[in-house]
Amino acid sequence: MTVTVLLPLLVLWPLAAGLLALLLPRGAGTTLLVASAGNLGLALALAADVATTGGGGHSVGGWAVPLGIALRADGLSALLVLVTALVLPLIALHATAAYADAERRYFAALLLLFVTALNGLFLAGDLFNLYVTLELLGLSAVALAALGGSPAALLASLRYLLATLTGSLAYLLGVALLYRAAGTLDLLALAGQGPGLPGGALAFALMVAGLLLKAAVFPLHFWLPPAHANATPPVSAALSALAVKAPLYLLLRLWLTVFDGAWPLVAELLAAIGAAGVLWCSVQALLQTRAKLLVAYSTVAQLGYLVLAIALVPVAGATAYGAFALLLVSHVLAKAGLFLAVGNLARRARHDRIDGFERVVQHMPLSASAIALAGVSLMGLPPSGGFSGKWLLLQAAIAAGDWWLVAVALTGGLLAAVYIFKLIEHTFGGSDRPEATPLPRRMEWAAFTLAGAAVLLGFLAQPMLALLGGVP
Amino acid sequence: MNENALLPVLVLASSLLPGVIIFFLPEGAVRLRSALNLAGASVKLLLVAVMLWGVSRGVTYAVSFPLLPGLDFSLRADPLALLFVTLSAQLWFLTTIYAIGYLEDSPNRARFFGFFSLCVTATVGVAMAGNLLTFLLFYELLTLSTYPLVVHRETARARAAGNRYLAYTIAGGAALLLGTAWLYAETGTLTFTPRGFLDGSDAPAPVLAAIFFLLVAGVGVKAALVPLHGWLPRAMVAPAPVSALLHAVAVVKAGAFGIIRVVYDVFGVEYAAELGVMDALAAVAAFTIIYGSLRALAQDDLKRRLAFSTVSQVSYIALGVAIVGPLASIGGIVHLVHQGLMKITLFFCAGNYAETLGLHKVSQLDGVGRRMPLTTAAFTVAALGMIGLPPMAGFISKWYLGLGALEAGATWAVVVLAGSSALNAAYFLPILHRAWFRPATGAWSPRPAGARAETTLALLLPPVITAVLVVLAGLLAAVPYSPQEWATLVVRREFYAQ
Repeated sequence: MTVTVLLPLLVLWPLAAGLLALLLPRGAGTTLLVASAGNLGLALALAADVATTGGGGHSVGGWAVPLGIALRADGLSALLVLVTALVLPLIALHATAAYADAERRYFAALLLLFVTALNGLFLAGDLFNLYVTLELLGLSAVALAALGGSPAALLASLRYLLATLTGSLAYLLGVALLYRAAGTLDLLALAGQGPGLPGGALAFALMVAGLLLKAAVFPLHFWLPPAHANATPPVSAALSALAVKAPLYLLLRLWLTVFDGAWPLVAELLAAIGAAGVLWCSVQALLQTRAKLLVAYSTVAQLGYLVLAIALVPVAGATAYGAFALLLVSHVLAKAGLFLAVGNLARRARHDRIDGFERVVQHMPLSASAIALAGVSLMGLPPSGGFSGKWLLLQAAIAAGDWWLVAVALTGGLLAAVYIFKLIEHTFGGSDRPEATPLPRRMEWAAFTLAGAAVLLGFLAQPMLALLGGVP
Repeated sequence: MNENALLPVLVLASSLLPGVIIFFLPEGAVRLRSALNLAGASVKLLLVAVMLWGVSRGVTYAVSFPLLPGLDFSLRADPLALLFVTLSAQLWFLTTIYAIGYLEDSPNRARFFGFFSLCVTATVGVAMAGNLLTFLLFYELLTLSTYPLVVHRETARARAAGNRYLAYTIAGGAALLLGTAWLYAETGTLTFTPRGFLDGSDAPAPVLAAIFFLLVAGVGVKAALVPLHGWLPRAMVAPAPVSALLHAVAVVKAGAFGIIRVVYDVFGVEYAAELGVMDALAAVAAFTIIYGSLRALAQDDLKRRLAFSTVSQVSYIALGVAIVGPLASIGGIVHLVHQGLMKITLFFCAGNYAETLGLHKVSQLDGVGRRMPLTTAAFTVAALGMIGLPPMAGFISKWYLGLGALEAGATWAVVVLAGSSALNAAYFLPILHRAWFRPATGAWSPRPAGARAETTLALLLPPVITAVLVVLAGLLAAVPYSPQEWATLVVRREFYAQ
């Protein structure tokens, strides 16, 4: 299949499957699994195609730019579509055991809608479609976060909703300003134009602020920990792994293409908030007493690394770009695995207090191993995707002469080790409760596979970087 | 893949595969697990023997594939690598037998043996790493796979020791990572090369010196250089086979080996001396040797005394490296093997006293020689070797170290060696005296009627075998393939590139 077929299919397939899941109350689980498998096939085909041809575009319905909907794929979008597609079946597998009845149906439909939005966002070629997919992503994510239905979850989702709507609004204002100045929203047509447009700087500031809020980048992260920690585990995994990555992807794309990496101040500001996020939120993570909150703060801290990598791209080029991609992909896998594993522990113990786990090393060795493996990648220890990404980040920071960023990256790794081993240490401790009912095996295997993949990624950095290609 | 690329991979796989399979075996599958362990250990020994034979005939065993832009995952079995691989393969085999006996009927053995195998895999990887990145990879893997062994007993004390261990090793790993990343940014290569790859590089000398200290601090944590040694005595809460592993086979050895690699194959010992960094290393090593011995004197807990003795003895290796000269280098490198053999014997024996009679303290050992003569004999051989008495292995190390110090004009090092030997005698001879010559005071259980030996064979044979090896390594030091001959081969490569 060529790109022109694959691009629309990647949006239509999960959308259709999501609707089907709503219509077929009994078959929601099966639909979700089949749809995930199909989506993975499409994503693999796209990656293979991009790897050989270098990517391409498609205008939906035959309407050319500037009228139609443009879909495009390059190395970065193909990679992100692929990693989304890899995580989806495992979250789906976990969810078929974690949910029942109506909850399963809603989850399946919302998750597929969520994937539709993600695929659309990664493949969209103009700023308005990016807005539409961004909004769809935010709304489906909020609905997913509210799925558990507990008062805490509802309150957190409401905050999440306000944050994501505010973010979208700021982004949309920026888009409107750009449109007024340039008369087009196509990314290729706008390439390099941004800084020269009247009001370009204001538009950029609005869009970036909106995106940082939606990505929960420090100091705009206030909404994330409660929302992710109070959601049900498959939702936490999907949100922490994927939802917050999309706005950062968009930020990178916007800054590097439309604004051509302009204004050194932007790089400095991004580096500053990235570094502050890494340090502050890692400390927050290790102060938590609830496992899911710890993991959620870890997400915000790890997002800081991605912002650091973005900040370094104009100076360090392909090294920083590669660091961004590797860190992003390995965090997707590791965090999804970690949230599922911690969810498993919490489900068995019926709480998620870190010091109250019941010798899970004995009773749930797969989940405990998943925590350890995901932890290896999050700490950036070799061999893992997290290490490869951190290595490139260090090289980029040294090449740019930013020694303070080297210090931040290393300190962040040490802090991550402290909070990860706080979790691991307590899996060895606690009192026994062997009579607790064992979990379905597939819940444990899903977590283990994801975490293991994050470690294996350490050996796959070269093929990934080859698919990624150079800085656009 | 031809045979030359296959062997290093197989050597790794011979412990990695059993380890992974063991994780998925049920706890009760004792026979299958032991069979897998021993089969893996035997296969590894066989493979290592083949590689030894090949390398001594000039065959190269190497394999690599791209890991990061410009950097490979690279395994290469050079003579130095094989010295360490052979040591850990042999000792792994014996420690496995010992651990099977020691942990009989204790819980969580599947986990224990799984991580045990991973640990050895990491050690062999550390030994065969062909560049600093691969070294770093296995070095960190070693940290992670030993943690579950240190906390194996799952008590609060064990977990506290585990935290202490991690605090040191993860911080050390960060220093190593920084040094490695910085070195790569400066030079664009990390491949281990005999006589180093930095001589003639454009990087300014102070930068290289800073990188040197970062790298040595990174590996120095595992090598327990003072003041980076704090984790080692604490980690003694782990079961005896783990102590043996930490002290003789894997962890401390990986650190000492890392010092050797960094000095010889990254900087080149002569270039490092030009940079002026070797004096600092020598000072730290000398201080560690004396400090460790002094602390050992004061310990009544047998395993803690042995732990401080390790702190002291491992720095002989660093000292031999830092004196800068072929003879001292032979002494340092061969001590990697000799210290391993002697220290594992001592830990096996300490484990036997604890497991068979429940004795943990030096002051409880009065007269134990009559109750457990073979164990005590093995202990005696190893302890005398540590002191440096001929014909034990330790004598060969000290002889070359002393000669090397005189050759290099480092008289102070001779003083350090003599002082350390006196201190070694001061903390080992009283133990021997108690064990053989004092009347028994302990009310320990008599040998069970009908028992053929003083303790189970799985516990008795490993220390006896290693004690014999301690004597043989000393007696047959001039025979081909002896550790001393092999160390000479390594040093010839490092000094004269032959």
